[in-house]
Formats: sequence, structure tokens, C-alpha cells
Amino acid sequence: MSTGGATLNVRGLGKSFRGLRAVHDVGFDVPAGAIHALIGPNGAGKTTTFNMIAGVFPPSAGTVQLDGRTITGLRPDRVCDAGIGRTFQIVKPFPGLSVLDNVLIGALKREPDVSRARDRALTVLRELGLHDKRAMTASNLTLPDRKRLEVARALATQPRLLLLDEVMAGLRPTETDQMVAFLRELNARTGLTILLIEHVMRAVMALSQHIVVLNYGEKIAEGSPEAIARDQRVLDVYLGQDAH
Amino acid sequence: MRLWHRLTGDMTTRGQVALAMFAALLLAAPAFIGSYPLSILILVVYFAYIGQAWNVMMGFAGQLSLGHALYLGLGGYTAAALAFHFGVSPWIGMIAGVLVAMLAGGIVGFLGFRFSLAGVYFALLTIAFAEFTRILFDHFKWVGGSAGLFLKVSGDPGLWHLRGGPVMFYYVILAMAALALVACRLMLTSRLGYHWLAIREDPEAAQASGVDVFRGKMIAVLISSGMAAVGGVWAAFYYKNLFPETAFAMGRSIEVILAPIIGGLGTLIGPFIGAAVLVSLGDVFTIAAEKIGEIFGVKTAGLKQIFYGLALLAIVAFRRDGVWPWLARKLGFVHSDPYLPPPAGKGR
Amino acid sequence: MLTDIVQATIMGLLTGMVYGLMALGLSVIFGVMRVVNFAHGEMMVVGMYLAWLLFERAGIDPLLAVPLVAAALFAAGYGLQRGLINPFINVAEHMQFMLLLALSIIIVNLCLLIAGPDTHGVQVDYMFDSYALGPFTFDAVRVYAALAAMAIAFLLYLFFTRTRIGKSIRAAADNHTGALVVGLDVPRLYALTFGVGAACVGAAGALMILVVQAQPFLAIDYTLLAFVIVIVGGLGSMPGALAGGLLIGVSESLAGLLIQPSLKSVFSFGLLILVLLLRPQGLFTRRG
Repeated sequence: MSTGGATLNVRGLGKSFRGLRAVHDVGFDVPAGAIHALIGPNGAGKTTTFNMIAGVFPPSAGTVQLDGRTITGLRPDRVCDAGIGRTFQIVKPFPGLSVLDNVLIGALKREPDVSRARDRALTVLRELGLHDKRAMTASNLTLPDRKRLEVARALATQPRLLLLDEVMAGLRPTETDQMVAFLRELNARTGLTILLIEHVMRAVMALSQHIVVLNYGEKIAEGSPEAIARDQRVLDVYLGQDAH
Repeated sequence: MRLWHRLTGDMTTRGQVALAMFAALLLAAPAFIGSYPLSILILVVYFAYIGQAWNVMMGFAGQLSLGHALYLGLGGYTAAALAFHFGVSPWIGMIAGVLVAMLAGGIVGFLGFRFSLAGVYFALLTIAFAEFTRILFDHFKWVGGSAGLFLKVSGDPGLWHLRGGPVMFYYVILAMAALALVACRLMLTSRLGYHWLAIREDPEAAQASGVDVFRGKMIAVLISSGMAAVGGVWAAFYYKNLFPETAFAMGRSIEVILAPIIGGLGTLIGPFIGAAVLVSLGDVFTIAAEKIGEIFGVKTAGLKQIFYGLALLAIVAFRRDGVWPWLARKLGFVHSDPYLPPPAGKGR
Repeated sequence: MLTDIVQATIMGLLTGMVYGLMALGLSVIFGVMRVVNFAHGEMMVVGMYLAWLLFERAGIDPLLAVPLVAAALFAAGYGLQRGLINPFINVAEHMQFMLLLALSIIIVNLCLLIAGPDTHGVQVDYMFDSYALGPFTFDAVRVYAALAAMAIAFLLYLFFTRTRIGKSIRAAADNHTGALVVGLDVPRLYALTFGVGAACVGAAGALMILVVQAQPFLAIDYTLLAFVIVIVGGLGSMPGALAGGLLIGVSESLAGLLIQPSLKSVFSFGLLILVLLLRPQGLFTRRG
């Protein structure tokens, strides 16, 4: 079942909206099987970067490669084909469908047979602790459960790179710890590459081996969690942010 | 066993028995009802069928079409014109009609979806195409223009020429509706069906889950327009006349969508229930309006439609999800937990 | 020939002003509430019938009846929104459509029940008057209707730029969520908006009775016409609705002259398709 992890290479990525520069010359690598984090203050361009990787809109400049294959500007479903699963910062469940059907739709990506895809979806639901809630309509889930559902649906597509956009936001500390433990175990077991955007620093520090910091659309620092925690530019950004 | 499960899905045994009894009743109906009730029943099944066609696009894939008269009209006109001019059997004409309607649906869909029109804007596009075609057909002399196209009443009777009495037309439309029901059920439980539901619920999330949204929408509009065209052919031969003013009318597009919405959008039985509710209400209101006219000695043109509008208002206000989902639960026809996996070990 | 074309263009512009007023109502309602009023043509026809009734029973000239008709439709629109439409503001579009469809069925058939299927027109003293300007002649009724529509549009402009309520309606139309955030009394604002929209179309109906005879089944045509105009002008844009009205008025008039009167709507719907595909934000508004 495990398909392992893929390498992500981002080079010179840039995006302007109506002349407004949202992201400029952002580049980083995520080696296969690694967990990296993308952090920065609000409006730093993290989600825009994610959206360009995931194909929501094409970048104005730069390239994205997955395992050496250029996927720049592909449609989101093609990016998913290529092996990238993603979650949305503002969760987007299929609200009128059951939890199981939500995940089943993801599973159908690599398993065209519906009943086998259903089995696969049930397995993922079990892993994320949503199995008991499989018959619930997604719109009736609590926010933490919706976040889990978001991860479950992305995982069901059997990605080799998982993009997680603030899946810990709004979770209680114990729930955050559960999610961290799950992701770490998943990464260790399958070798899945993970890139996460996260504000919950506890989770970032606990999970990621490497951190990329964005501010005003540009990369201002990258390095190990320890190095980032000591980096003066990063501290300025965050302290400056706090001072407002 | 597995196919059976796919077909029955979330229905309880009670629901399955009810459905079987209902089907038997429909099959036997012509033997013991008079010609007037039969004509009513024919209308019910016809509206259920065309409602099912529309349901594929809106109920399954979430694309609001308010111009389905276009496909009904094109299907009907194509088959009728071929029969009128060349004596082609409606069944052959149906193939041509379906192709023409699918071409039209493909154009509407391709343009609408390529240019990312959604919701109201897409609905207006479908209206615009239907109206555009209506006016063109007013001037299309080969099919009679605004004076209409009339099919020969005399000639060889029989199924091959779709010439015959109400009983024949009843069984034809019943077979079409039954086929559509089974086909829709199979589609809905297939990968395609789940892709449609994903597109309906959230196109962006669907795409991120690897669903080719454009392709899914296109397949929906093609199937829906083709199915509608079949209904249009049936209607053309049942009524034996076609006018652009009615064949492509906005009012016809509205008739198409009423049954599935009232019955329960996206449900398979909904169009049948909705059609039954609508047609019988219409009938009751006709009688009521006549009686009121007699008692008070007044003209009652429009009164029936006012009742109808009020009933529609009540249904929309109080049964927003449609009658069937509520009724099915009340009668215990579906499982409370409809998403249980199929029984393990069977048919695998 | 050129004279004919100029003449037809001016006639189209005159009718187009009334169209613009009609479409303005639809645009205001959509802009603020994001509800497409599928009963818009029906309201237009109600305006026509009311003006006809006032003329027949009380001898009130339709031009003078405009404020009365507008007031009546304002009240009806306000009440409808408060009582019936408000719970449907945030439901799926097809359910809104069903609601307004039910309303439109009721309205049209009430007209039919009360006034019968025959057409009704008003015979004002100046019915056959016309003004000559060089080689051109203009029907007095059309000129008056257009002037009145312009005057009403100007009053609306004042309402939307000078009054507090008008400004908040416009703010809500420009920035839908913004208005919700700044905490305006939204249900009241919506009811007022629907009232103003209904008043616009009612006034347009009262003016239209000078030119066109009232008949229940005109309603659907007016509804479709209003859609075409607001899409062409930009759904939710008020100046766009007026400009779209003029454009459609002229195109109908010219198509009637140059091709065939019965084909005139082909151009309207053709234009609608093109605008939907190529400039869904409308011809007269900036993107975004």
C-alpha cells in the first residue's frame, strides 16, 4: 500500500495578483520522506505558495518539480495524479455526503473499483479515529473532526507528498498531540513526504526536521528548528508582528 | 448479489417489498383503470422520466440547467422531422435526436464549463440557448416554423412507428422510466457517480481529490441531454404535434425540474413521487377551480394555477429537501445508517 | 434608409430607458441580496395592470400614476421580502428559483383571474401625438415614458448617493459581506432593497402601459428581457442596468427594422450568450 515519499523541488516561484506581488522568488527542497514546515506571519504567502504547488493557479514565475518531473501549472487533479495530496486551510469537506463517502472519493483516485476503494477509505478512517463517525454527514462534524476528515481524504488519494495547510489550527493541545503523533507515525511507516503550513509552533517544532520562513512573499530564512528559533530575522518578524 | 446490493443500496427489506409492489401495480395498471386515469398516469411517468434526466445534471452533478426544453425539443423535432419527411421509424429517429441533443448539450456544457460559469450564470446560459433555439425554430421552415409540425395520425400502427393507443405509449414511457431508474442507480454507485457528487458538493475540493471536474460535468450534461431527448421523442409522438413556442418554451424547462425538486433532488425515487404529487395536485385543482366557478358563477381562468403556485410555495417552504427523503424515513423504507459497507464476504 | 436607421435607433433608445428602469430593479435586488428575482417580469406586469386600473377607474394618467404604482409595489416588495423571501436568502439557488417561480405563477394568474386573458391598454389624449424633428418623428407616449424613466432614474441616483438608506443599500451591493460585517440591520435593509427594486419595476410597468398593452403572459418575456439586460450591463451594477437597457432597446429596434421583427430577440439572446461567456461581469463594469 505504501508508495513511499517523493522529492519536491521548488525554484524561483513567484506570483502577482493584479500587479501586487504575493510571492517572489521562493525556492526550497523537500527530500523524499522528510517532514518540512513552511511558516511566517499572516499574509506571508504560505497558502499562495501551496496553491501554486497544488495547481490551483499557475505561478507567474518559477518551477515545481516532483521527483524531478515538472508539474508547474498543472491542474489540481493532475497534480493529485502526480502524487500530491492537500488539505485546505478553510476546510472543504463534501458537506452533504457521509464521512465515508468523503474519503471514498479520495480513494477512488488510485482504486477505480468502488468496493475496494471503500475498504481503503475505511482503513484510512480507522487510522484517523473517524471510523465510528463514518455514517455521519460531514457537515455535522465538529471542527477537529473536519480537520481529520480533510487529512483522511487527502491520504486516501495515496499521495507521495502531503501538503497540510494548518491542520492543527483550532485543535486542543491533546488533539494537536494526537495529530502530531499520527503524522509522525505515518511518515515513519510509509516514508510519505510531508510539507506543512502551521502556526502552532509546538507542532512545527515537534514534527519538522527543516523549516522555511516566508515574510512578505519572500523566503527570509530556512534551517533546522533549532537554527530557526535562534535566527534574528525570524525573531524580528515574529516579535515585530507581536508588537502591533 | 453484488449487483442486487448496488441496485437496492440503502433500502430496507420493507422498502424493497414496497418498491416491488409499486412496480407490479404500475405494470398491471392499464388492465383495471379507465382511459382518463391512464392518461394521468402516463403524465406522471413521463414527468418522472424527464425529471430523472434533469436530475443527473442537477441532482447528481450540481449543474443547474433551466433550459432542458432545448434537449427535449431537439430530440422531438429531429425524430419527428425524420418521420414526417422520410418516414423514418421514431426508434431510428431517436438515435439521431439523442445525438443532436447531446451535441447541443455538449456545446452548452463546453462553453459554460470552459468559461467557468457557475450557478445563476450557468443557468442563464442554458435559458439563453433554449430561447435562442426557440426563435430560430420559429423561422425554420423545414420543420414547419412557427406554424408547427404535425405527425400523421393515420398509417401503419404499431410500436415500430410509435403509432397506437395510450396503453402502448404508457408501456413505452414506463419502460424508459424503469431503465432510467436502474441506469441512474448504477451510475450513482459507480466511480463516475461519486465524482459527480464531489463536484456537486465542492468543485475545488473535488479537484484537489483528483477529480477531473470539467470531464465529470461534461459527461453529466451529455447523459442528461441525451436522456431528455429520448423523452422529447416520446412526447412528440404521443402528442403528434410540435410547436417551437411550446417545444422550447421556458415553461417546459420548468416542468422538467419541478418533479425532481419536489420529490427530492438527487434522489432516484424523488422524480416519481414529485411527478405524482404534481400531476395529481394539478388534477385536483382543475376540478376545484371548476366547482368554484360553478358555485359562484364566475370565470376561473388562472385559479387552478394559483392553487398550484400556493401548493408549490408550501412545498418549497416546508419540505425544502423534497417529499421523498422525508417520506422514505417516515415509512421506514431506508436504513437510518445508509452508509454501512455492503455485507462482507458476499459476492466478492 | 439612413433616416430609418436613425429613427429606429432613437425609438430604441426611448424604449430602452424604460427597459433600463425595469432592469435596474432586478440589479439592485441581486446586488444586495444575491437573489435572482425570477418574478421580475410578473412585477412589471402588475405595474402595468395597476396603471391601467387607475386610468380606467379613476381617470389617472399613467404618468401621474407612477408614484402610486411605485408606492404600491414598494409596499408589496417590502412585505414579500419580510414574510416570504427572507428565510431563503442563504439557501441553494434552485430553491430560491422555485420560491420565486411559485410567486410568479401566483402573480400572473391573479392578473389573469382578475383582468382576464384579453389585452388592456390605456387611451390617453396624447396617444397619437408625435413630435417632428427634421425628418424624424417621435411618438409622444414614448418620449414621455422615456423622460419619466430618466427622471425616476435621476431620483434613484439621488436616493442612492444622498440618503443614508440609499448609501447603505449601495454599500451592501458593492460589498456584500462588508455590509454584514459592519452590522447594518440586514433584514430591514433587504426588505427596503426588495421594495425599491419592486418600485423600480412597477414604475417601469406604469410607463410601459403607455406603449404596450398589458397581458398576463408578457411577464415571462419581461423576466427574460430583464435578465438579458442586467447580464449585458453587469449583474448588480446600477449604471450597467440602464446602459444595458438602452443597448437592448436599440438592438431590438434595429433588428426589427433591418431583419424581421420576430427575430429581434435572437440578437438579445445571442448577445446574452456572448456576454456570459466573454465578459460575465458585464459590458459596462470593470472586472472584479
